Amino acid sequence: MTSLSLKDVSKSYGTVEVLRNIDLEIQQGELIVFVGPSGCGKSTLLRMIAGLEHITGGTLEIDDEIVNDVPPAQRGIAMVFQSYALYPHMTVYDNMAFALKLAHKSSDEIDKAVRAAADTLQLTHLLDRLPKALSGGQRQRVAIGRAIVRDPKVFLFDEPLSNLDAALRVATRIEIAQLKESMPESTMIYVTHDQVEAMTLASRIVVLHGGNIEQFGAPLELYERPANTFVAQFIGSPAMNLINAEVTGTGDTTSVRMSDGGHADAPIASLDADKGKTVKLGVRPEDLTVTESDDYLVSAEVEIVEALGETTVLYFKAREGEDGLIAKLPGIHKIAKGTTIRLTAAAEKLHLFDGDGKSFLYR
Amino acid sequence: MLENPAVLGLATIILGVGGCLGYFFLSNVILDKLFFPPRGEDAGKNINRANMVRPWLFLFPALFALTLYLAYPVFETLRLSLTDRDLGGAFVGLENYRKMTAEPKFWEAVRNNMLWLIVVPAASTAFGLLVAQLTDRISWGNLAKSLIFMPMAISFVGASVIFKLIYDTRPVDQNQIGVLNAIWLKFDGGLGSVLWLQVLPTVLLLAFAAIVGYVAWIFVRDIVAKGSDKSVWLLPLRLLLAVGGLWLIWLSLSSVVSIWFEELPFGEPQTWLTIPLWNNFFLMVVLIWIQTGFAMVILSAALRGIPEETVEAAIVDGANPFQIFFKIKVPQIMGTIVVVWTTITLTVLKVFDIVFAMTNGQWETQVLANYMYDKLFRANDWGVGSASAIVIMLLVTPILVWNVYNARKEMR
Ligand SMILES: Nc1ncnc2c1ncn2[C@@H]1O[C@H](COP(=O)(O)OP(=O)(O)O)[C@@H](O)[C@H]1O
Ligand SMILES: [Mg+2]
Repeated sequence: MTSLSLKDVSKSYGTVEVLRNIDLEIQQGELIVFVGPSGCGKSTLLRMIAGLEHITGGTLEIDDEIVNDVPPAQRGIAMVFQSYALYPHMTVYDNMAFALKLAHKSSDEIDKAVRAAADTLQLTHLLDRLPKALSGGQRQRVAIGRAIVRDPKVFLFDEPLSNLDAALRVATRIEIAQLKESMPESTMIYVTHDQVEAMTLASRIVVLHGGNIEQFGAPLELYERPANTFVAQFIGSPAMNLINAEVTGTGDTTSVRMSDGGHADAPIASLDADKGKTVKLGVRPEDLTVTESDDYLVSAEVEIVEALGETTVLYFKAREGEDGLIAKLPGIHKIAKGTTIRLTAAAEKLHLFDGDGKSFLYR
Repeated sequence: MLENPAVLGLATIILGVGGCLGYFFLSNVILDKLFFPPRGEDAGKNINRANMVRPWLFLFPALFALTLYLAYPVFETLRLSLTDRDLGGAFVGLENYRKMTAEPKFWEAVRNNMLWLIVVPAASTAFGLLVAQLTDRISWGNLAKSLIFMPMAISFVGASVIFKLIYDTRPVDQNQIGVLNAIWLKFDGGLGSVLWLQVLPTVLLLAFAAIVGYVAWIFVRDIVAKGSDKSVWLLPLRLLLAVGGLWLIWLSLSSVVSIWFEELPFGEPQTWLTIPLWNNFFLMVVLIWIQTGFAMVILSAALRGIPEETVEAAIVDGANPFQIFFKIKVPQIMGTIVVVWTTITLTVLKVFDIVFAMTNGQWETQVLANYMYDKLFRANDWGVGSASAIVIMLLVTPILVWNVYNARKEMR
C-alpha cells in the first residue's frame, strides 16, 4: 500500500528554487533515507512532508489523501528534530505526553502510551527528569519516544545522530534499526548526509543533489548500478574512480581505450552512435587489482601508500583532466612509492557514463 | 567670572577626572615602589602581595562612596526614625511609628502603594509581552517597538505633564483641550456608549482576570510541582502572589458587576484626577506607558532566544498559536518575566515624581514616597518621615533580593 507519494513537488524561497520535480512513491513499512551533501534540500523536503514548510508546487499525498494544506498535527506524522527540540520546562513524561494532552486523550490512555514507549526505549527511570539532566543519547531517545507515543503513520527523522559522538552514533543507529523492526507497519523517512547510515538503515535510498533526485533505489542497487557519476561517487568509500576513455567498439559489449594504452571490454550495451565518443569509465577502488600482463585497464604512478593491514590503499598521481586514481587492495602489499604499476578489474565490475555523466545502463 | 556655573562645572570636571587619574596612578605607584617593591630577595613574594592588594585600590573609591551615600543614610534614617525633633532629637523608641500608623493618610498611602504594586508591574509586563510577541514576525515590528520604547526616554515628571494635559478639564461651554474629556463628551448613553463603556471594559476586565489567574496558578503550581526550585523562603512570596492574584481577580469581577449598574454623568466634563480610586489608575497609566517599553525590550530578546525547533515540535504535536505561546514560549522565558516583573515592582515602590507632579497626594492618591516627602520637607517632621522611609525600605528589600536571585539564575 502506498503510504506517501510526492508528485512533481517543488520548493522555492522567493526566486531561489531549492527543490524541483520531486516524484516519490513510498510504500507502507519502508525505511526511506534521504541522503545528499549539505544544502541539497534534504531537510526542506522532510519539513514539507511534515507540514512545517509550504509546498510551492505539486502534490503530497499521505495514505492517498492530498495533504498539501493539512496542518502538521493532522497529517499523521511525527518528527524527530536534529537538536531533539525537547521542551526544556517539561519533564520527560510531560514531553512525551504533550501531544496526547493536546488531543484531549484520557489520562489513563496517556499514561499507558507514555509508559509503553518509555519501556521500549529504556526511559522508565528517567520519566521525572527535566531534559537538562539527561545525556545526549537519552535526550535522543526521549525525542524518539515523543514520536512513538503519537503512533503516527510516518516517522520523520532529520539527521537524528549528528549531535552524538562516534561511539554513541553507531549504537543509536543499531537501536533505530531495531526499533524499525519492532514496528514493521510504520513508514520512516530518515535524513542524513552520512552514506554509511544510509546504506545500513535504508530499505530504499533517495539520493538528492542540487534540488533534484539523482536516483531512488535499494542500497545495493545504488552501489552496483549507479544512475550517474554523482551517485557513483557519492555512494561507496573511497569514491568510484572515473577514467576518461574513448569508445572503440559498440554492441552488447562496449570496448573502450584509455589514452595510456589500457583498454577494457565492458558487458554493457551501447549504440553505434557512441563509437569514437569520449566517455567515463567507472571502477570502484575495491574492484581494482594489480596485474603484470599487457591486458590492463590503466597504469599509474603510486603517490601514497596507506597500509592498514586489513587493506592497502594506493593513491595514484592524477593525470590530465582526471582525479587521482585510488585502489583498495585486500591484505598487505609491498609496493614502493613512485613505482608505476598496472591495474585491472573484472569486466562485470565496470561502469560506463556518457559525456553528461549518465550511466549507459539507464539510457 | 569664577562664579560662572560653566567655569565651575569645568573646574569640577577637571578636578574630578584629574583626581581619579591621580588617585589610581599614585596609589599604584606607592604600592609598587614603597610597600612591596619587586626587588631584593622577596621580589616574587612582593609582586604577589602587591597583586592581592591592587583590586582593593581600585575598589576603594566605589566602596567608599557606596558606604557614604547608601549605607550611612540607612543607619542615620533608622536613628532619626527613633528620635523626636521637637524634643531636640531625644530618643523616643517606636513613638514615631505609632504616630504614623495612627494617621489615616499613611494607610491610604499603603493601600495605594499596594494597588500600584499589583497593577503597574502586571500591566507593564503583560503589555510588554504582548507587544514583543505581536511584533516578532511583522515587517514593521521594529518600527512599532521603537515607538513603544520611546517613552522610556521621557522623565517621569515630563510624562506627568503630558498626561495632565490629557486629563485636563475646561468648563462645559469651552472647548476641551484634554483628550480624555473630548472623547468623554462624545458619549451620550446610546448604543456606542454601551459598547465602549460597558461591553469593552467587561471583556478587558475578564481577560485581565484570566491572565492574573493563569500567572498566579503558575506560581502556586510550583509549590507542589515536581522538579522545581523549592527554596523555603520562596514559599511565602509565592503564597503572597497567589493571594494578591485572588484579590485582583475578585476586584476585576466586582468591577464588571459595577460597570453594569453605574449611572454615568454623560455630557459633563470630568475632572478625572479628583475621582477617588479611579484617579489612582489614571496616575498608574503614566508609569505603565513608560515601563511597557522596558518590559517589551527585555521580553522580546528572551522570546528570540527560544529555540525555534521547540516551537516547531509543538506545531507538529498539534498545539495552536495560543497553546504555543502559553505552554511553550511563556514557560521558557518565565525567569525573564519574573526579573522584568520584580524590576518594575522596585520602580513602582519608589514612585514619587508622578504623584508629586500630578496630584501631590490629594484626592486619595497618596503613595508612601510622596508621604515621606510630605513629612520630611513640608511638615519638617524628620521622625515620622524617616519612619516611612524605613517602611519603604523594608518593602523593597525582599523584592530586591528575589530580583537579584532570579537575575543571577537567568545568567547561569
Ligand atoms: N528559509 C530559507 N530561505 C531561503 N533559503 C533557504 C531557507 N531554508 C533553506 N534554504 C536553502 O535551501 C537549501 C536547502 O537547505 P536544507 O534543506 O536545509 O539543506 P540540507 O540538505 O543540508 O538539509 C540551502 O541551500 C539553503 O540555503
Ligand atoms: Mg539539514
